[in-house]
Amino acid sequence: MLWETFRLALQALRRNALRSFLTVLGIVIGVGAVIAMVTIGNGTTVKVADDLSKLGSNLLFVRPGQFGPGRSSAEARAFTAKDVAALKAQLRGVKAVAPVAQTSGTAIVGTESRATSIIGSDNDFFISQDWPLSAGREFLGGEIRGGRAVCLIGATVRDELFGPAFPIGQRVRVNKVSCEVIGLLEAKGQSSFGTDRDDVILMPLRTFQRRIAGNTNISTIYVSAQDGVETSKVQQDIERLLRERRGITGNEEDDFSVRDMKQIAQTLTSTTAMMTALLGAVAGVSLLVGGIGIMNIMLVSVTERTREIGIRLAIGAQASQVLMQFLVEAVVLSMFGGIVGILSGLGLALLASSTMNIPFMLDWKIVVIAFAFSAAVGILFGFFPARRAARLDPIEALRHE
Amino acid sequence: MNAAAPPPSPQPVMRLKNVAKIYGAGMAEVRALDGIDLTINQGEFVAIMGASGSGKSTAMNILGCLDTPTSGTYLFKTVDVGRLNRDQRALLRRHYLGFVFQGFNLLARSSAVENVELPLIYRGTRSTERRRLAMRALAHVGLKGREHHFPSELSGGQQQRVAIARAIVTSPKVLLADEPTGNLDTKMSLEIMELLKALNEEEGITVIMVTHEAEMAAYAHRIVQFSDGRIRTDGKKREPA
Repeated sequence: MLWETFRLALQALRRNALRSFLTVLGIVIGVGAVIAMVTIGNGTTVKVADDLSKLGSNLLFVRPGQFGPGRSSAEARAFTAKDVAALKAQLRGVKAVAPVAQTSGTAIVGTESRATSIIGSDNDFFISQDWPLSAGREFLGGEIRGGRAVCLIGATVRDELFGPAFPIGQRVRVNKVSCEVIGLLEAKGQSSFGTDRDDVILMPLRTFQRRIAGNTNISTIYVSAQDGVETSKVQQDIERLLRERRGITGNEEDDFSVRDMKQIAQTLTSTTAMMTALLGAVAGVSLLVGGIGIMNIMLVSVTERTREIGIRLAIGAQASQVLMQFLVEAVVLSMFGGIVGILSGLGLALLASSTMNIPFMLDWKIVVIAFAFSAAVGILFGFFPARRAARLDPIEALRHE
Repeated sequence: MNAAAPPPSPQPVMRLKNVAKIYGAGMAEVRALDGIDLTINQGEFVAIMGASGSGKSTAMNILGCLDTPTSGTYLFKTVDVGRLNRDQRALLRRHYLGFVFQGFNLLARSSAVENVELPLIYRGTRSTERRRLAMRALAHVGLKGREHHFPSELSGGQQQRVAIARAIVTSPKVLLADEPTGNLDTKMSLEIMELLKALNEEEGITVIMVTHEAEMAAYAHRIVQFSDGRIRTDGKKREPA
């Protein structure tokens, strides 16, 4: 009997194929959005976690100012070369303390020019970033101390400016400063945020400060803990040292922050979770609207088919059977919407994962939940019209024109 | 008992005892049926006649278990229909009654055979058996070869035949026909009447028919005349064959 009812429902829906499809569009969009967003979100989380683990879990970021809304690092004092020197001299259990000053600029070789990112640092940069050279050499002590015009270039800069030519020993003009290329950085590819990490020129910190930036600011210090050393211990040491150097006493808040990769990953994950919750709410509203659409169409359908209902009742259909017929119709409708939504959501996620270079993380749980949810919408919003059909008086219904 | 009557003692299938149907209340009260007594025996062919508003449709609705009396009792065989709820009355219709309407009332988007199968679906008959019975019923009403036509592809007479096939496919005890020829021309009307007569005589199905055409009523054994919610005359026209 249930199978009969199901077949009957399919038949009724096929007769109004276009109307049926338009009716379920709300459900399709709601379910599709949930599936696509959750799948893409999961993929992004995995990708970010993966990238961060490549950077090393023993890496600490030291920045002026505090993270978070309403707090700008621009207001806080930048670090100086002396802070870095003090950290290098006094911290125990660390492999590298790399100062980083950064800006964007133009690099020119012959007739080729390129907007790129320019970083001033020292040889600890390679250790802290776990970024080996593919050719050439690191900076010499004299080049760092004397602020000489030398640089290492990333793979993208090399490809764009030098093409097939061998760049070491050549000169490149970086914001009007002519630098000698002494080394090539190994290709790193895209970062988690979609930027090209190989689009970079690295020069000694002093060279950068004097000839590019024109100030002595250091925006970030990377501190790499030795293997087996607790990063939280190193973090405390850095905080104590910097508070002392920056004259922060007592209960005064730090005007800088020290974060390790785990904390940054957590921040990112919680952001993703919030986004997912938000999207879930939007999808919920969409499902609600879709459900109301289904109720509307089912009510129209009941009115249109009043006479049919009268015939069915007259020849011996019970109220529950008529109720079932319309309820099953609504559920079939919404489940159809759910299936189309799941498929289009997965399609969208697949497209996104291939274009944005993130892994396709299919979560069966969410597929099942979305499907069950769309069925529930059908039951919920189909019940009222179905009950109206079941309660029709057969005599009245048969008279209906 | 008439000595010349060949059949065994008549078995009543439907008995109305002092049945009234009142719509509205107080000043707006309308007595659609005003205390009628009527007994229909197994195997009868009864024509119900009367002007519109005479109460004949109300009586048909009550006899068809689509409606219940305000007062009085209606016994179907031995069952007091007034005590049944909606679903129980639906079961009674499903198992014992067949309906034929003036406007045919076929499902427009279902083929003839699908229409005829409809009552069997609610009986829970399996699909192969359903199809077999529906095809047989259609053959019975002379529509062999038109089983897969849609109502719009059939003439009025043919549509009414489909409706009759739908009514008899469950082998009902009583066939209730509400102005079955009202929408048909004379030729088709007579064909439908011949069919009803054959069903009554050959299958032993009790037929109750509402009509306002004397020509059609002439097919019945007995004519019951309604006016103002009461039975005016109730006479046997001729003995059952």
